[in-house]
Amino acid sequence: MRRRLEEVGFRTLMLMALLSVVGALMLLIMVVAINGARALNWEMVSQVPTGGYYLAGGGGVLNAITGSLALAVTATVVAILFALPVALFLQSDYGGRTRFAVVVRTYLDLLWGIPPIVYGAFGFTLMLYMGLRASLLGGVIALTFVELPIMARAMEEVLRTIPRALKEASYALGATRWETMRWVVLRQAMPGLVTAVLLAFGQGIGNAAAVLFTAGYTDNLPRSLFEPVASLPLAVFFQLGTPFPEVQERAYASALILLVIVLVISIKSRLLGRLLSKHNVLD
Amino acid sequence: MISRIFPRLMQERSATATIWLLSFAVPLLTVGLAIGLTLRSLPILRDNSLIDLLTRTTWRPMAGEFGFLPFIVGTIAVTLVAMVISAPICLLAALHLAEYAGSQTRTLLRPLVDLLAGIPAVVYGLFGILVVVPAVGRYIAPFAESHLYFVPWLSPQQHATGYSILAGGMVLALMVSPFIISVAEDALQAIPVGVREASLSLGATSWETSKYVSLRAALPGLVGAVVLGFSRTLGETMAVLMVVGNVAQIPESIFDSAYPLTALIANNYGEMMSIPLFDSALMLASLLLLVVVAFFNFAAQMLVLAVRKRAGE
Repeated sequence: MRRRLEEVGFRTLMLMALLSVVGALMLLIMVVAINGARALNWEMVSQVPTGGYYLAGGGGVLNAITGSLALAVTATVVAILFALPVALFLQSDYGGRTRFAVVVRTYLDLLWGIPPIVYGAFGFTLMLYMGLRASLLGGVIALTFVELPIMARAMEEVLRTIPRALKEASYALGATRWETMRWVVLRQAMPGLVTAVLLAFGQGIGNAAAVLFTAGYTDNLPRSLFEPVASLPLAVFFQLGTPFPEVQERAYASALILLVIVLVISIKSRLLGRLLSKHNVLD
Repeated sequence: MISRIFPRLMQERSATATIWLLSFAVPLLTVGLAIGLTLRSLPILRDNSLIDLLTRTTWRPMAGEFGFLPFIVGTIAVTLVAMVISAPICLLAALHLAEYAGSQTRTLLRPLVDLLAGIPAVVYGLFGILVVVPAVGRYIAPFAESHLYFVPWLSPQQHATGYSILAGGMVLALMVSPFIISVAEDALQAIPVGVREASLSLGATSWETSKYVSLRAALPGLVGAVVLGFSRTLGETMAVLMVVGNVAQIPESIFDSAYPLTALIANNYGEMMSIPLFDSALMLASLLLLVVVAFFNFAAQMLVLAVRKRAGE
């Protein structure tokens, strides 16, 4: 009897735990969606702030939307340039079994855990040395630091799933390592790699702490690498900080825009991941 | 023949060289990060001893007094509250997902949990302001005031606003839970089916199997999941900054405002260049975060690795 009671009790407890987490997160999405939808209109997404926007004047957050996209897209492209070689290097075909690979793995794990605010502070320090002020370039540097470890780790996991036999078949045909990577491994892993890139992109576009010091904020659309640029997370943050309810409402709308962008990217990348399992050669 | 092989060889060599070279970016970045932050925090360490900085409680940058203790206590308090709330709930939820949920529920919920892990911090912060802070201020604090006033750390002062350690902890608990669930479930899934089946065939109920077999086998991984969550929570900035009140004080209860290290850095970057040593103090704060988070992450990675190795046997 005691065993039964314990069994039933803990099963209920586990179910309740899962339901409460999922329920709370659903509540979060609903609260943001409902509050955001009320303030959302075409003007919000199609215009930059006009005079007196922060005193409840007219305009929208197009500056932040385009700014966020510029920041995240550029940082993601730069991060790919480093993350992909690092992921390739960590395979046994290249340096995967060397001591140096152990070092790279350890440091990658370390970088992955470093809080974005620290990257922001470090990026700011770098900018001081380079004589840069808050700008798109500064924001891209900091965001690249944030995205690089996320992307490299995800890519390495994808490359690790490529069957050894597939590579060996390619080597047996006389292909070089690079040809094997280029025409066999990367092709086979492409959907997974795209998922990794989108994962990092999603983390980059939602990150406020890293761009706070480095990218600054502006009411203009992004124009050059050396000028400050607005971003959606900071738009939410700054608009919430104003004392005007109308402006705070716009923070809700901005948060909803950000949430939709992130969720759409996330779902897209998941669908791509499914594609991977569909076309697996040796399954 | 040579002419046809040669370009391929060149291509192969240059690709290999590029891959090796770019891999150096990872250790270089790490070391550069540590050196850069250390160099920038040296000025303040020259005037004050590290022990003094970490144990003093007055924070008056204008007067040149930099006591980090309130911020360190703030960070620890918020993180502990978040972990006390999220760790048990997340582990139970992960256990349900791994061993009790039907395959349909799992294929539905698992991607959902991963999806929610990607929601930006400011959105969690906004949810905190709209829902959690009012809930704490209007319901939880008055309840604690009338029923729990004799419990240390749980008795609010008069007129608690809701912008408090508890609100920060609750928001962070919610924010980190998809992450902890995901890592913990991976650890539980890594246990070979045969091990559980052996226990079930001996007549153990499924909960007994979970309690005596799964939880024990996956223990390092589960601890690793919680520690990883802990270090994520420690470094979280925007969500906690928006709900925790940001008052530099040593809090007396979880209904008091606090001022975590991350919020200190984020809130003061604007004026840090105009006050002497202020920028150095903030860089020291970043360095502290870096060291602490690095320590916890390293510990967690070791634990997660341990469980993978055990499962691989």
